[in-house]
Amino acid sequence: MSKSVKAASLALLAGAVLATAAPQVHAQQIATQAAVKTSSKLGLGRPALPEEIKAWDTDVRADGKGLPPGKGTVKQGDALFQERCASCHGEFGEGAGRWPVLAGGAGTLTADRPDKTIGSFWPDLSTAFDYIKRAMPYGNARSLTDDEVYAIVAYLLSMNDIVKDENFELSDKNFTSIKMPNATAFFDDDRETSEKQFWKKDPCMKDCRNAPKVTGRAISVDVTPDSKAGPKVD
Amino acid sequence: MSDKSSADILSRRKFLGAAGVAGAGVALGAKSALAEAAKPDPLITEVQDWNRYLGDGVQKTPYGMPSKFEKNVIRRDVSWLTASPESSVNFTPLHELDGIITPSGLCFERHHSGVAEINPADHRLMINGLVDKPLVFTMDDIKRMPRVNKIYFLECAANSGMEWRGAQLNGCQFTHGMVHNVMYTGVTLKTVLDEAGLKPNAKWLMLEGADAAAMNRSLPVEKALDDCLLAFGMNGEALRPEQGYPLRAVIPGWEGNLWVKWIRRIEAGDQPWQTREETSKYTDLLADGRSRKHTFIMDAKSVVTNPSPQAPLKFKGRNVLSGLAWSGRGTVKRVDVTMDGGRNWQTARIDGPVLEKSLVRFYVDFDWNGQELMIQSRAMDSTGYVQPTKDELRKVRGVNSIYHNNGIQTWLVRASGETENVEIG
Repeated sequence: MSKSVKAASLALLAGAVLATAAPQVHAQQIATQAAVKTSSKLGLGRPALPEEIKAWDTDVRADGKGLPPGKGTVKQGDALFQERCASCHGEFGEGAGRWPVLAGGAGTLTADRPDKTIGSFWPDLSTAFDYIKRAMPYGNARSLTDDEVYAIVAYLLSMNDIVKDENFELSDKNFTSIKMPNATAFFDDDRETSEKQFWKKDPCMKDCRNAPKVTGRAISVDVTPDSKAGPKVD
Repeated sequence: MSDKSSADILSRRKFLGAAGVAGAGVALGAKSALAEAAKPDPLITEVQDWNRYLGDGVQKTPYGMPSKFEKNVIRRDVSWLTASPESSVNFTPLHELDGIITPSGLCFERHHSGVAEINPADHRLMINGLVDKPLVFTMDDIKRMPRVNKIYFLECAANSGMEWRGAQLNGCQFTHGMVHNVMYTGVTLKTVLDEAGLKPNAKWLMLEGADAAAMNRSLPVEKALDDCLLAFGMNGEALRPEQGYPLRAVIPGWEGNLWVKWIRRIEAGDQPWQTREETSKYTDLLADGRSRKHTFIMDAKSVVTNPSPQAPLKFKGRNVLSGLAWSGRGTVKRVDVTMDGGRNWQTARIDGPVLEKSLVRFYVDFDWNGQELMIQSRAMDSTGYVQPTKDELRKVRGVNSIYHNNGIQTWLVRASGETENVEIG
């Protein structure tokens, strides 16, 4: 039986039950109506039009899916970056004040204070394109053309020494050939194996340890609100 | 008091003898009403204004607010944490609250481009990608779908993140206040996805917000179909603007960043997108330079909210220790509390609803003799996971993973009753 025939016959059955309208068939009537409901869609919403999908679906995946046609050079990106980005991110992506640093930090991920930038940390170049296009410049998002985003990403590649030539042109054609330095350093959540020891059947309840000593106090750091200075936190 | 009462057990234990902190019973400022009963209390013997004159009429405040005497019960921020208040966070005043439901106006906020102001009549939700039929819904459409009501905690992945290197902020509002727990009203994500019809190769969804950050995250389809919601209500009324009005994602037990607010689009795909919020952010850097990704679940955690640095002990004798526990893996099965820095533990009394992926409230009713205390709480969940110490976490992860710090918190209660955020060794 096709879906629509099935739905129609169920509707007929429901109608017949309603017509009898006897109290003893009430439960059956409810059950039949429920069956109609779960076997068909609610029929809410309307088809999304191609123009609408195009307007909102701007995301770009790591494999390049979603990249729009376009291109931009490091040089073009430099000019755009100085005009649109440098007031917060610095002329070379080094970050002004407390604003995010976009370049540098190579080899610092095992350091005491890692410098996690696009070059030192980000696994995929697509993320830079997707994020800049959807959310930057901060306070004026969605104001860059696709070519401008390509150019700015090319400039960021250059500031991170991932491309060396200032005439380098990034485009939808060569985009996925760029490999990011930290691409292979991510792995899926492994807590259930690497932290297996935290699943303890019977945690200690009595005489569990030696007399504790205070080793650190928040009041000595003194950064609780009203203080303006403090460590940097993402 | 029966012999089995936790208070008696605690007071008999003399747990601090070995800690070498002999509190000689320093007199505290506040005295109980009983102690002052020798002189008649003018609050009783004299007629008070509120007992004589009329108060406000019924329509003075068509939407009520808390008493002016509760003006300290507010969200607070820490200005040095972030470069801009529009991409920032504030904190729920956990030390001022009780029970498990967070009042809507006190639920901590985390935005990436400020609070989007959206007329619900102008809001659209699009489903596209690997679906049989891409669809657009209005809020009216969504409100015609079968509804559910669910209570869940939402914890920011970065809650307690400032504490990885040691005790930094003095107050559970700041160390643990990126969490809230409300009743959501909405529709299951499955209901909405079924309308469009997921294709068999749809393994991941991308959720996207309508705000200026257009925040996007990848969500596995199994989770989406399991227990996720699209909510338009919280605590019985519409979502607050700062919580995603008119529509937000609810991803029970998983890090707050996935709970996309002002949600406008869901795309189905066959792999994750590697968006900024799942690569640059919300990945956990380990000591060896590698990083965990997709660390979705918030592990079992707890904190004593009273006493705490913002809520010191005021009285010797009878006191109520109160706290919160939660787990993204299921229900909280047990909470243990120590007052001697982890040497001896007792099981706290959980009171109120114990729901899956929700806050639970625990208490220890105890007598305090004025000795210094080192208070900790330790949650266990229905999977058998026991909340670890911070040092146990640091051994596995180092100190630079920013997110997912569920380590045991220590409060040092001094003889004066003042309470400090400390680390102990």
